[in-house]
Amino acid sequence: MSKAVIHAIFDDEEPLMASAKSLHAQGVHIKDVFTPFPVHGLDAAIGVPRTRIAITAFIYGLTGASLATLMMWYMMISDWPTDIGGKPSFAYYMNMPAFIPITFESTVLCAAHGMVITYYLRCWMLPGVKAKNPDPRTTDDKFLMVIETKEENKGNIESMLKNGGATEIHHK
Amino acid sequence: MQHESEIREPLILGKKSYHEITEDIVRPIEGKASKYWYMLLTISIICFLWGIGCLAYTIGTGIGVWGSNNGVDWAFDITNFVWWIGIGHAGTLISAVLLLFRQKWRMAINRAAEAMTIFAVMCAAIFVLLHTGRPWLDYWLFPLPNQFGSLWVNFNSPLMWDVFAVSTYFSVSLVFWYTGLVPDFAMIRDRAAKPLAKKIYGIMSFGWGGSARHWHRFEEVSLVLAGLSTPLVFSVHSIVSTDFATSVVPGWHTTIFPPYFVAGAVFSGFAMVLTLLIIVRKIYNLENYITIKHIEYMNIVIIVTGSIVGVAYLTELFISWYSGVEYEQYAFLNRATGPYWWAYAAMMTCNVISPQLFWFKKLRTNLTFTFIMSIIVNIGMWFERFVIIVPTLCRTFLPSTWNMYSPSFVDWGIYTGTIGMFFTFFLLFTRYFPVIAQAELKSIVKSSGQEHKEKHAHGHAHAAHH
Repeated sequence: MSKAVIHAIFDDEEPLMASAKSLHAQGVHIKDVFTPFPVHGLDAAIGVPRTRIAITAFIYGLTGASLATLMMWYMMISDWPTDIGGKPSFAYYMNMPAFIPITFESTVLCAAHGMVITYYLRCWMLPGVKAKNPDPRTTDDKFLMVIETKEENKGNIESMLKNGGATEIHHK
Repeated sequence: MQHESEIREPLILGKKSYHEITEDIVRPIEGKASKYWYMLLTISIICFLWGIGCLAYTIGTGIGVWGSNNGVDWAFDITNFVWWIGIGHAGTLISAVLLLFRQKWRMAINRAAEAMTIFAVMCAAIFVLLHTGRPWLDYWLFPLPNQFGSLWVNFNSPLMWDVFAVSTYFSVSLVFWYTGLVPDFAMIRDRAAKPLAKKIYGIMSFGWGGSARHWHRFEEVSLVLAGLSTPLVFSVHSIVSTDFATSVVPGWHTTIFPPYFVAGAVFSGFAMVLTLLIIVRKIYNLENYITIKHIEYMNIVIIVTGSIVGVAYLTELFISWYSGVEYEQYAFLNRATGPYWWAYAAMMTCNVISPQLFWFKKLRTNLTFTFIMSIIVNIGMWFERFVIIVPTLCRTFLPSTWNMYSPSFVDWGIYTGTIGMFFTFFLLFTRYFPVIAQAELKSIVKSSGQEHKEKHAHGHAHAAHH
């Protein structure tokens, strides 16, 4: 059983959205859609699950807060407590108010950078990676839908795409 | 699709297709630079080089070449540091706070404003790194294991908080800016005709393709970064203000400083965005994207933050009188009537009185007036920092330490140099980077574009007629 890959190009987002919704409803697997800008609702229409990247940011943030706490406790309280300006370093909780700013900054630093690094790795976007869009016009004004299907369904899907407003259809 | 009320003015003027937006944004990058661009770049580079010369002289000889002295030991360095870092705040406010508030007008200006933030923080960093006196030992600011028997940095000190705040702010702003740039670099890559440009933009675009999954993650990352940057930007200038507020110097030891500094920062930052964008929209013909409405919105932010700053000045005066502390009272009397009264007068005129003129719609929609005002505001905000620092330090508790301050040519040289550096980087940015976040802008054509709004309004009228 051979697989067919269809690239359908749309000129506007409304026909793209409508086609994506009707194809998805009929159980056609839309592998991906390449668009010049974020089309709201398209991710849900083709069944992209909600990203968990915000959860990773939260975990990185907690890590940052813990690392900052540990660092300041070790350096100011445990390793070499000093009395600076009449503010002795007896215990962590006593000095804690003065540690809040750096704890906060460290939380933000780790959450932001951790999340962004995760994002680039998860999307596999790195300097030197080959362009992922199959057609260069999709970063300008064209919308490209990639459909993977069985050879025998090809004709049916193509006519649905044409009726839905696709301006070009290519086979890969 | 999103719908926007007809009574809101369109954010994109004219009849623009997606392709036309691409063409408009990419024109300065693919076309030849105008002679004005070369002229401005030459002037900026000359200032920049003069600054590098003064910087080298300072490092080679020591900060004795500055005008700072025993009483006034903080002067131009910290004034300029606070001024630059304050300017930077508008970029984050536009890209993060306005994103959280879903203000669509941010999309035409956020890219340039964020670039401004990054360059301004770089300028600010030069002053803090230099004012330590021995900049080759600046790594001592970081909590590194050392040969002095594990003598650590002091985490109780606001100066230490500053190290963490400014470095976090710079790196997070840079990452936020770059993540937004990636799809636009991909657009330039995909249409580049010259192989070298294709190669360079290809590397910079990280292989972005605009997949629905990637856009989905992109939007989530932008939202979370905005959520993180919003408290970050408020924390940075609050922490900068604690450099003063946690001291026991009369005139500095005030709890009003953090909010007052943040408002002042946003105030001066928006003024700088206006200075830059009024020129950019003219030179690169972006009047359809950075419209008069955008300018007006920014001027409204200037009225709000300028008024907060004005109220803060008056509150400071009232509280110093009401406190009954004679040192506190003298500090403020000295600012207004002492040897630097002219700096105080300049600050009050530029920051309190002049922004109130923007209550007139005629004035806040006038480009020439706005441009002049944007420069006046930044002069005023520079004087604010000068007034807080120099007149205070030249008249402290012990009258025998009282002395005057005047900047040396090196002080002026380094300051001029940072202005040159800022404009050099900004001019290069406008030439090689997409000045407007075109991908985001394309997403609002159908809701905020003039053509679509008019069509929609007609549709309604038609329906009502029947």
